[in-house]
Amino acid sequence: MIGALAILLMLQLVGEVAVRWSGAPLPGPVVGMVLLFLALRWRQALPDALRATAETLLSHLSLLFIPAGVGIVQYGSLLAREWLAVVAALVLSTLITAAVTALVMQAVIRRYPGARQDE
Amino acid sequence: MNRIGDIWVYLAASPLLWLSMTLAVYLAGQWLFRRSGGRALFNPVALAITLLALLLLLTGTPYATYFGGAQFIHFLLGPATVALAIPLYLHWERVRRLFLPILAGLLAGSLTAILSAMGVAWLLGGSPRTLLSLAPKSVTTPVAMGIAEKIGGLPSLTAVLVILTGVIGAVAAPALLKGLRIRDDAVKGFAIGVAAHGIGTARAFQISSLAGAFAGLAIGLNALLTALLAPLIAALLPFHSMP
Repeated sequence: MIGALAILLMLQLVGEVAVRWSGAPLPGPVVGMVLLFLALRWRQALPDALRATAETLLSHLSLLFIPAGVGIVQYGSLLAREWLAVVAALVLSTLITAAVTALVMQAVIRRYPGARQDE
Repeated sequence: MNRIGDIWVYLAASPLLWLSMTLAVYLAGQWLFRRSGGRALFNPVALAITLLALLLLLTGTPYATYFGGAQFIHFLLGPATVALAIPLYLHWERVRRLFLPILAGLLAGSLTAILSAMGVAWLLGGSPRTLLSLAPKSVTTPVAMGIAEKIGGLPSLTAVLVILTGVIGAVAAPALLKGLRIRDDAVKGFAIGVAAHGIGTARAFQISSLAGAFAGLAIGLNALLTALLAPLIAALLPFHSMP
C-alpha cells in the first residue's frame, strides 16, 4: 500500500515539475495520470497492490472534495446578494452540459457504426 | 471549567480536531445515504459540507483554521487524480473504439459548460467576478482554481462552485440521462464526468466500473480543454480587463 502510494505521489511530482518546467496549461496530476497510464500500457500488467490502493482511493473520491466545499462559509454575503444567479447558473448549466455531452456522443456513435459497442 | 478551556485551546491549534471531524462527518453522511436506500438526494458530500459549515459557524471557527486540519484530505486529490489511470487502463479497448464520439462529446460539453454557466448568471444579474469564477465550474477543483486565477475570478469561490456543481451533477444527472434514454454506461459516465468532474465520477462508479472509467477519463480531458478554452472566452468579454 505504501509502495503504491509512493508511485502515485511520485508520478504527481513528476507531473507538477514537468508542467512548471514547460509552462504548459496542464494540471500536474493529470500529467501524472497520463504517465501512469502509459507505464501500465507499456508493462501490460497492473500490480495488485497498486490496483487495491487506487480502488480504495477512488471509492472515497467524494470525501476528498469536502474540505474545499466547506469554503462556502466564506461567501455568505456574496451568496446572499447573488444566490439566484449562482444557483440557476449551476443547476441549469450542469444539467444542460450532461445532456449535450451525452446526446452528441450518442449521435456520433450512431453515425459511425465502427464505434458502436459489441453487445 | 478551566480544563475545558485548556483542551479547546489545544484542539483549536492542532490539525487533529478538524481532520477527524471531516472524516467522522463523511462517514455519518455515508451511513445516512445507505440508510436512505441510496437516495440521490442524500448526497454524502452535500450532507457533510452542510454539517461542517454549521459547526464552523456555531463554534466561530475561521475557515483557515478548519483547512489547517482538512488540508491533509484535500491533498489526496492529487494522487487520486493520478490513480484514475487505472480504470482507464482496464477499459482502454472500449475507450479506443469510442475515440471519435468521445472527442465530439468533450468539445460540445466543455463549451456548453463554460458558456451556459456564464450566460445564465449574466442574464440574472451576476457580477463580472462571479461570472468569471463560474466559467471553470465543471472542472476538477485544483485545475478550476488555477483557471479562475488566470481569468480574473476568485479561486476560493470557484472551489465552492465546483463542489456545488459536482453535487448537483451527482444528484440529478443520472436521472436526467435516464429520461433522455441514454442506455450506454460509457456515454452516461462520460457525460457525468464532463459536467460534474470527481463528485460525478464517484456517483458514476456506483452505476458501473465502466461508467466510472469514462467519467474519470472525462475529468482529465475536460480539465485540459477548459484550461485552453476559458481564457479565450474570457478575453472576448467586455469586462475581462477588470481589476
